[in-house]
Amino acid sequence: MTDCILEMRGISKEFPGVKALSDVNFDVRRGTIHALVGENGAGKSTLINVVSGVFPHGSYRGKYILNGEEMRFLHIRDVARKGVACIHQELNLAPDLSVAENIFLNEKPTRHGLVDFDAMHDQSRQVLERIGLNTNPLAGGISPEERVGRLGIGRKQMVEIAKALTRDVSLLLLDEPTAALTGAEVDVLLGILDGLRRQGMSMIYISHRLDEVMRIADDITVLRDGKSVETRAREDMDKETMIQLMVGRELTNLFPRVPHRRGELALELRNYSVRNPDAPDQHLIRNVNLKAYRGEILGVSGLMGSGRTELFTAVFGAFREKGEGGVFINGAKADIREPRDALDRGLVIISEDRKKYGLNLVMSVKQNTSMSALKKVSSRFIINDNKEVKYAKDYVRDIRIVTPGIETLVRNLSGGNQQKVVIAKALFCDPRIIILDEPTRGIDVGAKYEIYKIMNELVDRGVAIIMISSEMEEILGMSDRVVTMSNGRITGEFDISEASQEILMRASVIGR
Amino acid sequence: MSSEENELTASGRYVRAGWRQRIDYRTITMLAVLLLLWLGFTAFTSEYFSDLSGSFITARNLSNLTRAMAIVGIMGCGMVLVIVTGGIDLSVGTVAGFIGCAAAAMQVWWEWSTPPIIVVCLAIGAVIGALQGTIIAYVGIAAFIVTLGGQLVFRGGILFITKGMTIAPMRESFKYFGNAYLSATWGWILAVAAVLGLLAKELRQRAARRRYNTLDEPSGFMLARWAAYAAIIVVAIVVLNRYRGLPIPVLIMLVLMLVFTLIAEKTTFGRKIYAIGGNIAAARYSGIAVKRNLAVVYALNGLLAAVAGLILTARLNAGPTSAANMNMELDAIAAAVIGGTSMSGGVGKVAGAILGAMIMASIDNGMSMMNLMPAWQFLVKGMILVAAVWFDMRTQGRKRA
Repeated sequence: MTDCILEMRGISKEFPGVKALSDVNFDVRRGTIHALVGENGAGKSTLINVVSGVFPHGSYRGKYILNGEEMRFLHIRDVARKGVACIHQELNLAPDLSVAENIFLNEKPTRHGLVDFDAMHDQSRQVLERIGLNTNPLAGGISPEERVGRLGIGRKQMVEIAKALTRDVSLLLLDEPTAALTGAEVDVLLGILDGLRRQGMSMIYISHRLDEVMRIADDITVLRDGKSVETRAREDMDKETMIQLMVGRELTNLFPRVPHRRGELALELRNYSVRNPDAPDQHLIRNVNLKAYRGEILGVSGLMGSGRTELFTAVFGAFREKGEGGVFINGAKADIREPRDALDRGLVIISEDRKKYGLNLVMSVKQNTSMSALKKVSSRFIINDNKEVKYAKDYVRDIRIVTPGIETLVRNLSGGNQQKVVIAKALFCDPRIIILDEPTRGIDVGAKYEIYKIMNELVDRGVAIIMISSEMEEILGMSDRVVTMSNGRITGEFDISEASQEILMRASVIGR
Repeated sequence: MSSEENELTASGRYVRAGWRQRIDYRTITMLAVLLLLWLGFTAFTSEYFSDLSGSFITARNLSNLTRAMAIVGIMGCGMVLVIVTGGIDLSVGTVAGFIGCAAAAMQVWWEWSTPPIIVVCLAIGAVIGALQGTIIAYVGIAAFIVTLGGQLVFRGGILFITKGMTIAPMRESFKYFGNAYLSATWGWILAVAAVLGLLAKELRQRAARRRYNTLDEPSGFMLARWAAYAAIIVVAIVVLNRYRGLPIPVLIMLVLMLVFTLIAEKTTFGRKIYAIGGNIAAARYSGIAVKRNLAVVYALNGLLAAVAGLILTARLNAGPTSAANMNMELDAIAAAVIGGTSMSGGVGKVAGAILGAMIMASIDNGMSMMNLMPAWQFLVKGMILVAAVWFDMRTQGRKRA
C-alpha cells in the first residue's frame, strides 16, 4: 500500500480540435483533501470525469492508479464499486421523494422483495449522523421522511453527500459543492468534510472560491490550459500565488484589436437587481450600475455562476424574473417586459446557447435570418419572399457564412457558421446595442477570428457591444473596458490599459 | 444529379444546391403512394382491369371518395397548424358535432334561416377554439389535457342540445353545403380560372425574382411544375363532371386548403407558428408573442371545426348526434401526420394533410369495395400512419415524432 490513494500519471484527453488535458499528473494522499483550482476551461471537470469514469479507459491516455493498482475502468458502475463517489455541481436529487428515498435511490434495503422503509429510515439516520447532522426534526434537524423538495439548497447538498456515503467510499470527488451555498451553509459543509477526513476519507475538492480552498485543503493543484502547473501543500501556497498560477500565460496574438472611438451613452443600468426565481427572498443580481457606450466593446468578466448571463438576460426581458431598478437606453427609461420590447429599442442578445435560444434548426438560413424582424420583409403581414431572399444573400455574403445556399437548413451547418447565422439574425434587427454572451464558445480558431472582425466592424458603425466571456484572453484581447462580476455584483471596472489577468481574476473572486 | 450540383455540409451530408432544394420529394412520394393504392384497388375491383364499370376507378366512386374525405381534410388543415406549434387538438371532432347539432337546433326548433346560422356557428367555433387556446397558452396547461377535456365537455354539449333526439330535417339551402354539386359549366370555369391563375402566379413570381435578382430556376422547371398542377386540375374536373360535378364540400375544402396554405407559408403569422414549434425558446428570444399566436392557432382550428360540423349536418340532413363516436379528430391528426407534419413541431404542410386525408379515404373506400371486413381498414390505416413517420425519420435522418 502506498500512501497515495489515487495517482493519475500523464493523463491526456482530447476532444475534436481541443486538447482538454495534456500530460496531467495528480496524486491524492490518503486521508487528505486535495483541492483542484483553475480558470473556467482549465480542465478540472475533464479530469474529474476521467477519475469518476465518465470517460472510460481508452478514451484518454495515461495511467489511472487507485490504491497502487492500475485501473482500466469501462463503466461508471465499476468506479463506484472501487469506492470512488462523485458529487456533481448540479444536484441529482428527486425533489418529490423523501430524504431517505433519495439517499438510497439506487439500492434500497429490501425485505421479501419489498422496500423495507423502517430499515431505510434507520440507515439514513445513521449516515446523516455520521456526517454530523442532527436528525431530530423537533430540534431543527433533517428527518429522513422529509420531502427533499422542501429542503433548502444547503441541506440538499448534505443529502447528496449522505447519498454518496451509503456505499463503501474511500475517495470522494466534490465538484463546486459550495457554489450555491450561503456563508453559514459553507461553514457547515466544510465542517462535515473535515469530519470525514478525520474518519480517513480522501477527497478531491474543486472550487472557484479560493478562500475555502485555503481553509480546507491539504494540497492544492493548479490546472491551466489542461496542464497541471503546480502542486503545493497549503502551507506553501497563498491566494495571490494561486491566482498568478491560474492565469500566468502569454497572450497570443489571436485578436484583431483596432482602436475604437467611444461615442455617446447607449445603455445604462442604475441600481439594477434581479430576484432569484427559485428563492424570491434572495437576489441573484444586486445593485448593478453599468454604462455601455456606442463605438466601444465592454467586456464582462467573471467566473461561472457570477450572474453575468442572468443579468443581461433579465435586461433583455427574457429571464424568468423581471429586474428591478432602472434601464436606460439612449438616455430614455426603458420598460422591458418581453424580448420584443428590447428588440424594438435596438437591443439584441446573442445567447451563449445558440441551439437553445438562438436558432431554429429545422428552418433555413434565410428564415432564421429574418426571424426577429419579419416586419422588414413583409407588408401588411404578407412576407415578400424576394426581399427575404435578397437580404439573406446579402448577410451570407457580408458575414461570410459558409453554406450551400440560403435554403439550407441550419442544422446542416458547422458550429462556427451556425454562430454566424445567429449574428446575422441579430444584425437583421439593425441593433444599436448588442449583448454577446460567450460569442466564440465551441467554435474553431478561424471562425473566432472572423467573429472578432465582425465585432470590430460593428463598433466602427457606432454599435455598442457588451461581450460576456469566460475566456480571459478574449476579454483582454477585444474589450475597450472591462467590468468584473462576482456573486451577482459588479466587483470592478477597468480600462483595458490597466487590466491584466491577475487583476481581473482577483476582482472575480471577491466575496467568494 | 451530378456531384458538382451538390455541396458537402459540415455534418458530412450532401445538400442539393439552389433551386433543386425546392423540389418537394416527399409530396411526390405521397402522390406515388396514392396512385399505387388506386391502381391496386382498381385491379382488385375490376377483375384485373377486365371490367372497369363497377370498379374503384369509376367517376361515381371517385366523386364519393372526395366527398368522404372533405370533412377530415378540412379539419386536417387546421390540425397541421396546431401540430406545427408542437401542440395537439383532441376536441375538434366533438366540437364539430356540437356545432352541427346547434345548427340543426337553430334551424329546426328556432326556425332560423341558413345564413345567420352559418355566421353564428362559425363564431361559436372560433370562440371555443380561442378559449381552449387561451388556457393552453396563458395558463400553461398541456394542449393534450385541455383539448381532451374539451372533447369530453362537448360530448356532453351534444347531449345537452339533443337530449338524445335526432334534430331534422334541414332546409334545402342548408343541405346545399353538404350534398350539392357545382354544375359542369361552373366546374370548368373554376378549373380554367385555377389553371390560368396558377400560370399568372408563376409568371409574376418569376418577374419579381428577376427584379430582385433572385431568379435561379430554369423556366423549364417552372413550366413543368405548372403543367403538372394544371393536368391534375383538368383531370379531376373531367372525372368529377362525368358524374355530377364538383361536390360543394370538396370545393369548400379546396378553398380552405388554399387559404391555410397562404396563411402558413406567406404570412408573418404563419412563419411565427413554425418558429414557435421549431424552438419555442428561440422564438421568444426573437421577440415573437408566443402566447398570443398560440391562442390564435387554436381559434382558427375551432373555426375549421365549425365548418366541418356545418357540412356534416348538411350531409346527414340532421344534427350529427353520433359525431362524438366518430373520432374525427384522430382522423385529422392521422391525415396531418401522414401528410408529413412532425409531432415534435416546426415542420408540416397544409396540403399534405389533404393528401393524407385522401390516402385514408381511399383505403376506406377501396377496401369496402373489395368487400373486406372493416377490421382491415383500421389495420392498414394504422400501419400506413406508422410507416409514414418511419419513412420521414429515415429520409430526414432525425426523430420527428
